[in-house]
Amino acid sequence: MSLAERVRKDFPILGRMIQGKRLVYLDNGATSQKPHQVIDALRTYYERSNANVHRSIHTLGEEATELLEAARDSVQFFIGASSREEVVFTRGTTEAINLVAQAWGRRLKPGDEVIVTELEHHSNLIPWQLLARDRGCTLKAIPVTDDGFLELERFAELLTPKTKLVAVAHVSNVVGTINPIKEISAQAHAVGAIVLVDGAQAVPHLWVSIPQLDCDFYAFSGHKMLAPTGIGVLWGRRELLDQMEPAWGGGEMIKEVWIDHAEWNDLPWKFEPGTPPIAGAVGLRAAIDYLNAVGRQAIRDHEIELTREALARLSELDDITLYGPKDAEARGGVVSFNLSGIHPHDVSQILDQDGIAVRAGHHCAQPLMRRFGIVGTVRASFYLYNTLEEIGALVRGLRTVQELLGSGSGARGPGSRRG
Amino acid sequence: MGVVYSSVILERYKRPRHRGELPEPHASFEDVNPLCGDRIRIDLRLRNGQVEAAKFRGDACAISVASADLLAEMIEGAPLSKVREISRQDLLQALQAEIRPVRLKCVSLPLEVLARALEGLAA
Repeated sequence: MSLAERVRKDFPILGRMIQGKRLVYLDNGATSQKPHQVIDALRTYYERSNANVHRSIHTLGEEATELLEAARDSVQFFIGASSREEVVFTRGTTEAINLVAQAWGRRLKPGDEVIVTELEHHSNLIPWQLLARDRGCTLKAIPVTDDGFLELERFAELLTPKTKLVAVAHVSNVVGTINPIKEISAQAHAVGAIVLVDGAQAVPHLWVSIPQLDCDFYAFSGHKMLAPTGIGVLWGRRELLDQMEPAWGGGEMIKEVWIDHAEWNDLPWKFEPGTPPIAGAVGLRAAIDYLNAVGRQAIRDHEIELTREALARLSELDDITLYGPKDAEARGGVVSFNLSGIHPHDVSQILDQDGIAVRAGHHCAQPLMRRFGIVGTVRASFYLYNTLEEIGALVRGLRTVQELLGSGSGARGPGSRRG
Repeated sequence: MGVVYSSVILERYKRPRHRGELPEPHASFEDVNPLCGDRIRIDLRLRNGQVEAAKFRGDACAISVASADLLAEMIEGAPLSKVREISRQDLLQALQAEIRPVRLKCVSLPLEVLARALEGLAA
């Protein structure tokens, strides 16, 4: 039995009918579906243990605190972090990156430089734009090749002693490129810069081990890895977290408070003001247990098989342009393409009539779209429960789209966009 | 196939009647749908307070193209006072399709571009 056949029964939503057809969910890069083990964990938490954490001196408060902190331990082991104090809970990847931009960013001076890449999600670009504007810094970007790889020779040229931070996605959310984080870290560290990695598209799909990457910050979200929305993680190197002032103030992040000043709490709570996403953490722990039980290598192997099949079957279609690395092993389980002359939103809408959910548009990566000379793409992104049959359904759906809208004079073909 | 892509939309998308540009337009404007980056430009030529000719061009989805083409047809020969009264509802009716809320912007983009083109005219 294939991996997907084994796990599909755990995901209630996959039984849903859309427009009279069985749901084919290929939008996992946006968010994943949830197994009943995660949904049950949330229910149990709210039905049995719900309370606020840390200072509620009663049974429920103690249970909630234990559950939150147990989730932190789960995350620590899942990503191979050396200590639990380095695991900060956030609302998601975006908040984690903004936390670093605000807290660590205070040390930047006019003339300092931050390097991003041309394939970043806006969430790993805009926080650095804001920071650069506020601190008078310069923002540079590593260019991308036609195949969606980073131009590492150009990266070496961009690095200078003024470079203070390199912000890079582990896996591209559009073309799936797996970036060589270890190599990037080594080059950045050689000029004294630190490295922040957006791992939103990596942790759910790859076996991510922080020590092997040798980066300094790593951010990811729970909801793309079977957990609920509203929980994310910032992992940070301890010395950096120790040196940083809090990004935001509130309850829980303090030790002692006077009217005009305060002493900060210990790590990691110094960076967690307010009531944390407790239920989200409970769900994240259940998701991690689930992923561990299935096996991360098994998930990766399955996604490579799906991606290889998708690349092969899609390239058989007429008038299709595929973006990103040709080799399924060089990319995560995400495939972006355009049908010539047909707008991505029209493709997505017509596929929905066959119950097929894909993403269409710029995928919050407009600089990458501009690099490819397009407005957007259609993106199919896979996870452990997707099947080869679903890729067949996608290909059939795309033939229907071409029959319906093909040879239209309406939209431009990929690459023909001006400016 | 379903009601989203009505025969009106498919027909207008595949064979738009008002696609193109006007030489020396009296009014023109171009705008972008922030949702998708779609771009529509509308050119107008006027005569005696009426729209004598209207053309559109742009990179856009089937719904936006159909909407722009229908809009151009509606306004040609119409007095400006009538042109300013055209609503999204009028376009939805003409499209004869069930447009979902997330795609309503695709319908209204040409209308917004037209409004801005007329604004420029007043100035």
